[in-house]
Amino acid sequence: MDQAAQPITTSRVARPVAVAGVAKARRNRQRLIKNIVAHAVLIAFSIAFMVPFYWMLVSSLKTNQQIFTIPIQWLPDPPRWENYSEALNYPNFPFLRFLGNSVFYSVSVTIGTVISCAAVGYGFARLRFPFRDTLFYITIATLMIPFIVTFIPTYILFKNFGLIGSYTPLILPAFLGNAFFIFMMRQFFLGLPNELADAARVDGAGHFRTFWQVMLPLVKPALMVVAVFTFLGTWNDFLGPLIYLSDNKLYPLSLGLYAFRAQRTTEWALMMAASTITTLPLIIIFFFTQRYFLEGIKLTGLKG
Amino acid sequence: MAKMVLSKPGGSRSNKLRRNEAIAGFAFVLPWVISLLVFTAYPVLASFYYSFTQYSIVQEPKWVGLGNYTTMFTADPAFKVSVYNSAYYAFLSVPLGLLSSLGLALLLNMRVRFIGGYRTLFYLASLTPPVAGTIIFIIMFQPRGGLINGILGWFGIQGPAWFTDPNWSKPGLILLSLWGVGASSLIFLAGLKDIPAELLEAASIDGANVWQRFWRITIPLLTPVILYNLVTGVIASFQVFTSAMVIGGTTGRPQESLLMYFVHLYRNAFRYFNMGYASALAVVLFLAVLAITLLIFRSATRWVFYEGELKS
Repeated sequence: MDQAAQPITTSRVARPVAVAGVAKARRNRQRLIKNIVAHAVLIAFSIAFMVPFYWMLVSSLKTNQQIFTIPIQWLPDPPRWENYSEALNYPNFPFLRFLGNSVFYSVSVTIGTVISCAAVGYGFARLRFPFRDTLFYITIATLMIPFIVTFIPTYILFKNFGLIGSYTPLILPAFLGNAFFIFMMRQFFLGLPNELADAARVDGAGHFRTFWQVMLPLVKPALMVVAVFTFLGTWNDFLGPLIYLSDNKLYPLSLGLYAFRAQRTTEWALMMAASTITTLPLIIIFFFTQRYFLEGIKLTGLKG
Repeated sequence: MAKMVLSKPGGSRSNKLRRNEAIAGFAFVLPWVISLLVFTAYPVLASFYYSFTQYSIVQEPKWVGLGNYTTMFTADPAFKVSVYNSAYYAFLSVPLGLLSSLGLALLLNMRVRFIGGYRTLFYLASLTPPVAGTIIFIIMFQPRGGLINGILGWFGIQGPAWFTDPNWSKPGLILLSLWGVGASSLIFLAGLKDIPAELLEAASIDGANVWQRFWRITIPLLTPVILYNLVTGVIASFQVFTSAMVIGGTTGRPQESLLMYFVHLYRNAFRYFNMGYASALAVVLFLAVLAITLLIFRSATRWVFYEGELKS
């Protein structure tokens, strides 16, 4: 409708103010409703995503029967904390030991990956040598090769060296680098100013010292990104230990949990206690290193 | 570039410097060169070679030509089952995963309070160790007394038997995969944050409504991220292994309904020790994934929008 249709009762001076006031109130109300709807949707989704965690924690404190009662039992009554001590010392499935193995495996791979990827990434970014770019393109191309086409011959190779049943095949390759993280580290080193390295060279530092004492401290955030993602990936690794380890004293948590589930099919509560033991360390680490996770995800998505 | 200054030709001194730098460079990348040769080049070539042999590890590989490939397509019924299962899984989990991670990212892009907290909650689920996450789902999806069917019961719905019913086990597995979309939704979120606000403002001044802005600006500018998530999603979905193994073991219970391609391959390699046949399976999967990826990239020229195009 046009202007003429509006009532002319309000005075000329008061009208714009009144209209503005009404409009402002309406905008505020709209914003409030919008906010409430937004939070309602977000909370609904958060609940959906958190329910499995909640169910894991609650079930880990129940008896096997209580997990499957109808109607649903939302709280353990009474909480059976003994489930945890039982799981940690279960005969043949000592989860405390598995926890130690997981820490050993993840920390070793993380150290190896961080050192090797930093060094190789530095070489690609900062030093000139013949075939450097060709080698780098090959590195990028290998990102396209799925794990599935390399793992059988790799297994046979380690078998021929008599290394099956140990952590060597799982840890050794990490010390030689990882294509994706090398790529990432190279991009970081490329972004550093030349002046610092040049100054170090003028002061007589060799290539290795320039790398170790001048350049490396500047890319600490990138090293952290590599470290947290490598740790996460190794902690969650299942196929590697499944193929290479046979003695259950050596199992990391993921494989121990799998074997436990396969053999003690009805120990549901203990399975949940062991699952919590497997999950909790990651969550704790996540809360302390959150910003590196978020940083890393941004890097992964960088323009495809 | 400033670096060029160092490499100016200037007699033997600079030659020596350059040689030193090359030696140092080789030293820095040496570990990776070894890795490329030993853990990439050799295994890829060996996979192709083993795929033409019969090889049980104990005995030397015996050349059988295309024997493994003909077995696969004519004499191994489990091969067809595993291809069907994996294709079913990929065709549903990839698009559903893309849609839900994009949806979550749009939610997380709203300007409301505590948004960082929500982001953390969504992402946390994707960190869960796969074996633990799968066992949690097995418990929640128990046909009798499980949490999910209990909740469905509130609405008078008789829930299915999920992981014990061959018709419902794959949908259950797909739901499990959707629980982990937090990571890819954060990649989408990073893409959304990159969209210049002025562009959206200008469009809204020109009278474009929310839908028009979404379809004409947000989605086109997000296509590179969609492409990235699509390709990585397809590659990952054909290699799904852990969740299927935890639920169905190497036989793909119930009734081979969870016999995924990678599970079938693993079974042939490490249960039957048919390394030759398993290698042939690996080669076929590699070529199939490569073909699909190339197809996607080819189609991408038609639907992916790169910012460079704006300028030209």
